[in-house]
Amino acid sequence: MAKNREFGNRRLHSLLGVIPIGLFLIFHLSVNFMATKGEETFNGAVHLIEYTPVKILVEWVVIYLPIIFHAVYGIYIAFTAKNNLGRFSFFRNWMFMLQRLTGVITLIFLVWHIWATRIQAAMGAEVNFDMMADIFSNPFMIAFYLVGVISTIFHFSNGLWSFAVSWGLTVSPKSQKIMTYFTLVVFVLLSYIGVRAIFAFV
Amino acid sequence: MVETKSETKTVRFIITRQDTPDSAPYDEEFELAYRPNMNVISALMEIRRNPVTVQGKHTTAIAWDMNCLEEVCGACSMVINGKPRQSCTALIDQLEQPVRLAPMRTFPVVRDLQVDRSRMFDSLKKVKAWIPIDGTYNLGPGPRMPEKKRQWAYELSKCMTCGVCLEACPNVNTNSNFMGPQPLSQVRLFNAHPTGAMNKAERLNTIMGDGGLANCGNSQNCVQSCPKGIPLTTSIAALNRDTAIQQFRNFFGSDEV
Repeated sequence: MAKNREFGNRRLHSLLGVIPIGLFLIFHLSVNFMATKGEETFNGAVHLIEYTPVKILVEWVVIYLPIIFHAVYGIYIAFTAKNNLGRFSFFRNWMFMLQRLTGVITLIFLVWHIWATRIQAAMGAEVNFDMMADIFSNPFMIAFYLVGVISTIFHFSNGLWSFAVSWGLTVSPKSQKIMTYFTLVVFVLLSYIGVRAIFAFV
Repeated sequence: MVETKSETKTVRFIITRQDTPDSAPYDEEFELAYRPNMNVISALMEIRRNPVTVQGKHTTAIAWDMNCLEEVCGACSMVINGKPRQSCTALIDQLEQPVRLAPMRTFPVVRDLQVDRSRMFDSLKKVKAWIPIDGTYNLGPGPRMPEKKRQWAYELSKCMTCGVCLEACPNVNTNSNFMGPQPLSQVRLFNAHPTGAMNKAERLNTIMGDGGLANCGNSQNCVQSCPKGIPLTTSIAALNRDTAIQQFRNFFGSDEV
């Protein structure tokens, strides 16, 4: 088994990015989007999530542990690459570089985001519409969240493409091309949802 | 008139040189009289006859590897104007000047433009990129390969171990032990052969080891750069599928032998 550690780690890294992290991202963005339907709708949704049975366990198993593994191993992957866009400016090589760049941006954003929301909640703050509106009263935070959310969505969408290759779902060049278009649509749609939600708090 | 005109025309080269594997690289500039149909190798031969730089400095002849001179052996690969390719098919008429020559630094530099490509041959041994047919008695003819499949496999067999795909790959570098696309595509070739398929699981398990298949980051530079047009990324994706099944077999067990 020790021989196959790297293979297993890479596959696990790829899988966790989609299940559960990617699914959680879609869920999270959908809940955020409720802010566009008004303060009460958003607070109601947040309230509902707070009733999740064994919430702390679910959070660790579905969110924290997978993200910690994905982040730590992802940083290792990102820094073992030697980007060569200057010599090879192909589309996929751009995606390769951006995947690593957005991964690092996403991690920085996430650390801040978890500190400002979940950890504050653990220390007694109440998570609701006002909390976010308060954060976004600072224009720098709006820019920071825009960059963070869009880079997270890019990382997920493009990661979905490489997930399909890494697990052998898309083998032929044509299937990979169709998947490129599909993930582009995913990126645009989720970005729309994410950005609309941010401005709902402003 | 045409002749005198071509005589005055010159070709300029900036060549990255290195005296020993451990010494620092440096550039030297050369200027040659233009001749029709020149390629990088004929230019290097010309410099070898009279190794004098533009500055008039007498220097040593440039070291480089070559063999077949028709882009099938892979020995003469180098970085020409930033792109790794074979110097035998790099025609001067199609190159921007000054022509910049450098060794493929993904490999250990032996001297000047000469690199040590051993790692690729070691990888081929590691993945057993051959078809074992030896036995203690005559095993008879193996299963036939369908013609259509043979034609498909022929494309994969064009690999000449030139190293361009490794040079183009951002994940093949000194920080990583990734074997690169070249041996992986050969695994697919030999797994596809009816007799070679008898050792399929063994080859798959090898590339599932450290530095193997999973280190691919899908930059797809390899397939864009391969001088033989080998569908390297299709091979990698197909092996991803095969190893996905293989890892389930390894974990859960299988009644398939």
